[in-house]
Amino acid sequence: MDVISEFFSEYDGLQAFRTTIYLTLLSAVFALLIGTVVAVMRVSPVRVLQILGAAYVNIVRSTPLTLVIVFCNLGLFLQLGLSLANKDSNTFIVDNNFRLAVLGLSVYHASFVAEAIRSGVNTVPLGQAEAARAIGLPFLKTLRYVVLPQAFRGAITPLGNVLIALTKNSTVASVIGVTEASAVMKVMMEDRPDVLFIVFGIFAIGFVILTLPIGILFTSMSKRLAVKR
Amino acid sequence: MSGSVLFDAPGPRTKRLYAAVGVASVILVLLALWFVIDKLNEKGQLTAAKWKPFLTGEIWTEYLIPGLIGTLIAAAISVVFAMVLGILLGVGRLSTKAWIRWPCGIVVEFFRAVPVLLMMLFTFALYANYNLFPPDRLALAAVVTGLTLYNGSVVAELVRSGVYSLPKGQSEAGMAIGLTTGKSMRMILLPQAITAMMPAIVGQLVVILKDTALGYIITYEELLRKAEQIGNFTSNLLPALIVVGVIFVIMNYGVTVLAHRVERLMRRRGRSAGGPLTAEPLDQSAVGASEVLTAGDRPPAAN
Repeated sequence: MDVISEFFSEYDGLQAFRTTIYLTLLSAVFALLIGTVVAVMRVSPVRVLQILGAAYVNIVRSTPLTLVIVFCNLGLFLQLGLSLANKDSNTFIVDNNFRLAVLGLSVYHASFVAEAIRSGVNTVPLGQAEAARAIGLPFLKTLRYVVLPQAFRGAITPLGNVLIALTKNSTVASVIGVTEASAVMKVMMEDRPDVLFIVFGIFAIGFVILTLPIGILFTSMSKRLAVKR
Repeated sequence: MSGSVLFDAPGPRTKRLYAAVGVASVILVLLALWFVIDKLNEKGQLTAAKWKPFLTGEIWTEYLIPGLIGTLIAAAISVVFAMVLGILLGVGRLSTKAWIRWPCGIVVEFFRAVPVLLMMLFTFALYANYNLFPPDRLALAAVVTGLTLYNGSVVAELVRSGVYSLPKGQSEAGMAIGLTTGKSMRMILLPQAITAMMPAIVGQLVVILKDTALGYIITYEELLRKAEQIGNFTSNLLPALIVVGVIFVIMNYGVTVLAHRVERLMRRRGRSAGGPLTAEPLDQSAVGASEVLTAGDRPPAAN
């Protein structure tokens, strides 16, 4: 079982999982921001914005995440020269790859966040929006003060699902050289082919430990925060 | 609540405002497009030399079509295996015997919590180490295993929610005519549950098609890998990625539309005692999302 101690010492597995967590949290914040904007666009009264929002969701949802992330690196960085880190820094490559991965993960998951929020908007009773209009609130204020606060509370379960998916999908960042959990697992498997099952077990349990509490937390939150009707 | 209740019918001033916002956003989008095109042009990505290869037969016969076939083969095999595994696990989870129910439950929850990529990397190393497959089939086997395990668990949850969505009278009727629980599952509940699942299963196809792209990481020759090879061959990586992206979008969007059509069709026909499950993939991820279907937790239909 020395492979377990090697996981902690030689391979610094905890650092790898820390990278996974950073990737997930940062992407979650950006995905929530982009996703909210897209969802608002989709329910807005301006036809052009509706079309743009729907196009974003349908196109991004139909593209494989691997392609999105490879595109961020090979396309945006290597071909178009877009870099997200300070070129003079000696950790430039690491920083840049990490940020490009966050960019790809955020853009990809924003489409699912937008759909989750839209489903939350659908849980808000008609009368709420009608009441907001009756007291003269314009569209953006209706959303901000009446509809969105309830929509977020109604969308907690699907948002939790997106966060769990995001946690697992962050492994795809290894394709552009971010040393998160799956990248370290690959190295360990190459070094120790005699204990493949134990290595896989360690990393699989790591992900169960990460995703299980998210599921429990969001389930309890969705019950606690549900709008009483 | 539909979008229209969120705002009043616009008056003349609001109409002007909406029009102004519309025009402004079109201008913004055009500006962004122009910026991108300018940038592409500056980097020499828009020259005819970069795009012309896609008009030649060679790129299609040597790269894109074999890549598409690779993607479709992996997806097709995975769908079949995932259905079989999913039905077995789903029925196992509904078993009245705890020693069947529990292991099936643990297997389903485990494979839904572990990233598909992790499973692919593991099975790839495993198969390579023990020479379980010929070297040229190794990557395909690993891709199919990863996709099957994950999507099989998702299908298992679909089966479970499909059976739960049936009215209680269905299994009671089975019992009343003297069927065993196994027989009433096989002859009464499962056929209806699978019918109700169809839209969700077609929707899950999108997840499987997208996840085949993970094969890129373990050197499986699918569309994305072929795009990279085109890039190396004719040094037009960016156009190749864009073309492959368009192929994926067309394919997956088509399947999504199909799923919604199946859902509408089934709603109209209403052959199953329960309503059809929605076409939205429960789990919306490339690598697979984990939580899905709420369906598992849905209380039995109230009738």
